[in-house]
Amino acid sequence: MTDYPADSILVLLDTTPSGALTKSAAGLLGAAAGVGTPVALIVAAGGEQLASDAAALGAARVLVAEPTELGAQLTVPVADALAAAAELVRPDAVLVSNSIEGREIAARFAARSRSGLAVDAVGVSRDAEGVIAHHSVYGGAYNVDSAVTWGAPVITVREGAIDARAEAQPVSIERLEVAASARRAAVIDSVDEAVVTSSRPELRGAAKVVSGGRGLGSEEQFALVDQLADVLGAAVGASRAAVDAGYVPQSYQVGQTGVSVSPQLYIALGISGAIQHRAGMQTAKTIVAINKDADAPIFEIADFGIVGDLFTVVPQLIAALEARKA
Amino acid sequence: MKIVVLVKEVPDTYGDRKLNLETGLADRAASDTVLDEIGERALEVALSYADGHADTEVVVLSMSPEAAAATVRKGLAMGASSAVQLVDEALVGADLGLTAEALAGALQHIGYDLVIAGNESTDGSGGVLPAMIAELLDVPNATSLNSVEIAEGEVRGERASDHGTMQVTATLPAVISITERLPDARFPNFKGIMAAKKKPFETLSLAEVGVDAETTEASRSIMISLAEKPPRTAGTKIVDEGDAGERLAEYLVQNRLA
Repeated sequence: MTDYPADSILVLLDTTPSGALTKSAAGLLGAAAGVGTPVALIVAAGGEQLASDAAALGAARVLVAEPTELGAQLTVPVADALAAAAELVRPDAVLVSNSIEGREIAARFAARSRSGLAVDAVGVSRDAEGVIAHHSVYGGAYNVDSAVTWGAPVITVREGAIDARAEAQPVSIERLEVAASARRAAVIDSVDEAVVTSSRPELRGAAKVVSGGRGLGSEEQFALVDQLADVLGAAVGASRAAVDAGYVPQSYQVGQTGVSVSPQLYIALGISGAIQHRAGMQTAKTIVAINKDADAPIFEIADFGIVGDLFTVVPQLIAALEARKA
Repeated sequence: MKIVVLVKEVPDTYGDRKLNLETGLADRAASDTVLDEIGERALEVALSYADGHADTEVVVLSMSPEAAAATVRKGLAMGASSAVQLVDEALVGADLGLTAEALAGALQHIGYDLVIAGNESTDGSGGVLPAMIAELLDVPNATSLNSVEIAEGEVRGERASDHGTMQVTATLPAVISITERLPDARFPNFKGIMAAKKKPFETLSLAEVGVDAETTEASRSIMISLAEKPPRTAGTKIVDEGDAGERLAEYLVQNRLA
């Protein structure tokens, strides 16, 4: 029986269907290292191979589990593994990515263990009484801190929100045996992993985002957004108007009912800046807007706004950026 | 088939939404309130199944302050057979854990074959309640569905996951949640609005669903501080005079953003 540090923070690391750690791992371990000793849990077939990656990102200890129904049942097998890990580690807090899979695993675990659940945290800290979660709510209009009445909080962390990174640790792996809870679960019939067609970063968690709106005018002309994104190494997003007009798929949508992003740089092209769109991007560090309507609300929050025709300004911008690179 | 749809009154996202800085609660008077759109879509899934299957009962369930009854009633006007509102002073400011326990208690009280919810609300946007409720009821969660196929004894659909999609199947009873990919909800018509007035509308308290808000057996999440962020202010705004692209490139480079 190995003992775990008294200030252990249990961190569930997401993995992709093809068996790698997701990008959220660095931020989760960075956040955990700021409030205690990060103990990572990897629930994947062949998780041992990923343990060194987790250690490089700051996991002092790595638990590897492969529950029998993993990949066959939805949510429950990983929630069972998380419950077993929490039982073993007795952490001060449990951190999970606020991804679709992550938050549902956290949900089942918190409901089962009757732990206090705090979702979509953008940071964590510690006071005399325990670990505190920091949230940015109503589209970034308010900052809220939350704590739990007792025990270890279960906190889901917004992807891309944590800048802190932990120091690499020596690899220390332990295999975790998981007893199945026998909770009823949905069956996964098949998985269709989205094919990554470009080297472009994912929208969630991207450091830079270029988004297009109805001002792009057509699906063909939306390619201008892609071109600028590629020059900047940015992810591509869109307003709901551009999605509704069929320029891009719904997965591109930034805003109230789409993806919330907090990048270093957000460039809005031909986006008027309806309140629902702003709710998903106004926590960006720097906002740039190009729109031909001088009264567009997006300019009220833009650090750098250009009133002009994006079809002349953007090509000039791309040319200028490429000239500097050359 | 008895389908219970979870619906919620939320501040309209077309206006400014406020939190009360004294109580930390949503300031319901500060903005118009509406039935959350994703909940309407969830109801549409149930109603379109009911359209083709006469022996279907559709119940809308909402945990909300008493004043939200009119909003919940919209679900009846759209076509639900009955409505249940869970109202209790002890639920004011409830965290996710208590909310899940209260809704799970109400679902057990009402009875269900299938529970349909939106994947996340526009206000709290936690996206965790369907899975929490499924855990408490010990039923499968088939959540974040882009498509829904309800069959005898099971429900299937395409789940929008983090790295693509999955086909999932759950044996009933089950809890599902749906994404915005599902069709828009129908509008209540005049006949529906008139009929709604005669439909059963039940109000339940926490005690009636067997939940104790004060229990110390569960740890609760509490708000310990709240601050309004200073509104973002506009920075430089220029009108393109033929060199705006160049100037923006300059700005990005100077700020190490390119």
